[in-house]
Amino acid sequence: MDNDSLKDFILQRVPEAEIVQGTQYLQATIPSEKIRAILTELKSNPQTSFDYLFCQTGVDWPQHMEVVYHLKSTTLNHMVVIKAKINSRENPEIDTVCDLYRTAEFHEREIFDLYGIIFKNHPDLRRLLLTDDWVGYPMRKDYVDPVNMIAY
Amino acid sequence: MEDVITKPLESQEYFINMGPQHPSTHGVLRLVLSLDGEIIRKVEPHIGYIHRSIEKMCEHDSYQQIVHLTDRMDYLSCHINNEAVCLGVEMGLQLEVPERVKVIRTIIGELTRLSSHQLWWGVMGMDLGAITTFLYGFRDREMITDIFEETCGARLTMNYNVPGGLMFDIHPNFQKRTKDFITHFKKKLPEYDDLLSNNVIFRQRTMGIGKLSKEDTISYSVTGPSGRASGFSCDVRKHHPYSAYDKVQFKEILRTEGDCFARYQCRIDEMWESISIIEQLIDNIPEGSFKAPTKAVIKLPKGEFYQKVETARGEFGVYIISEGQKSPYRLKFRSPGFSNLSALNHMAQGCKIADLVAIMSTIDLVIPDIDR
Repeated sequence: MDNDSLKDFILQRVPEAEIVQGTQYLQATIPSEKIRAILTELKSNPQTSFDYLFCQTGVDWPQHMEVVYHLKSTTLNHMVVIKAKINSRENPEIDTVCDLYRTAEFHEREIFDLYGIIFKNHPDLRRLLLTDDWVGYPMRKDYVDPVNMIAY
Repeated sequence: MEDVITKPLESQEYFINMGPQHPSTHGVLRLVLSLDGEIIRKVEPHIGYIHRSIEKMCEHDSYQQIVHLTDRMDYLSCHINNEAVCLGVEMGLQLEVPERVKVIRTIIGELTRLSSHQLWWGVMGMDLGAITTFLYGFRDREMITDIFEETCGARLTMNYNVPGGLMFDIHPNFQKRTKDFITHFKKKLPEYDDLLSNNVIFRQRTMGIGKLSKEDTISYSVTGPSGRASGFSCDVRKHHPYSAYDKVQFKEILRTEGDCFARYQCRIDEMWESISIIEQLIDNIPEGSFKAPTKAVIKLPKGEFYQKVETARGEFGVYIISEGQKSPYRLKFRSPGFSNLSALNHMAQGCKIADLVAIMSTIDLVIPDIDR
């Protein structure tokens, strides 16, 4: 599927999506509540069949949080970037996708660990890289640690 | 009395720690094994012992500095990791690097892959109880590290790439020594098969162990030779060619069995392909400059850039979000080891502890690559 029809495909299902053509991939920003519905559709629909989640990461913006999903279809060889916009920075929550993509289990634990985004219905949401008693979420822009970080 | 004899023995699940200091984890990785007798019911990896938060450090560093951090991750694919960042920055700057740079990067990238696979082969044999392979692997790897040392002064963390090209030109001896190595190694690689691949004990310990189906491979996003052993065509060099990979002929090694032996055989076959790639390029290094001019302070335009490359372990991705500053706003490293490790629990269920050692060897973990 080319980028134009992919754009229509997403807009039909999520009318409020903001879609821009990035330097490489089509980037669709959608509200975080819709993420499960749209990823289920993108994965199961034979027209898109995005079965390969090759990168999942969080981004901390000044006003909101974002979870970025890089998807590829191994059969149709097209790619898309889905960004889930989470409006709350204090209490970020989003649905898990680790039953759709098993690799998300580890990635979501890492995002929870570093950004504090809570993935609802994740089977085992614990800190992954840091110790269990770590306070705070280090990849957030407002994180301060007077011992381990040098102020720039 | 009869009751006692016919009643099956009661078993109870128990936990043991494997690691963080265990010779076959090749670094500080702790696995909590849930066991029923000697049968593994669950493997729970605990990672992060050498987490340095490289991604956070990158948010304060210039793009030239970031290159230096990447070879501290997967130190066996250091050159290819450097290349990923450089290609990402060059994509952002829309900078066309000279042909000479592309070819040299490809040759050194393949030499890096060879040296990584040689080390993996030696260490894998040692994990399964064969000391000789370790010596053979390191003997051949020594020649490659010597070439690296002469080229850029370092044997492990090379930092030979800079955004725009290479740090300096190749040494006058480079072509001759590389060709010498290829002639030497083409004679030695069949020995690898004689020593390990055709060994009955080795085959029994790897065939049919740690199976991963193609669907699970894609779902867990297991890439590299581990993914291709299950039939998942994921070679970035084929699907998204970078540097000079579109100019060379090579096969993507695919197997369907998905067990430890298939993963092993994939890497051995990949070594032959790497040799062939180097042979095609080594006499055809174009003349020209070794670096395209760049500004001293690199500022990428506002936007997002995702560059993926094929390291010795799989797909390595660099995701740069730039706000037009001299440092990225966010930089994510999608490391192959992280995803490959997440499939370990699935592969090891129902195996024995000795099989787990074989599985871990064949997915070729490098711990700094996982922890970052």
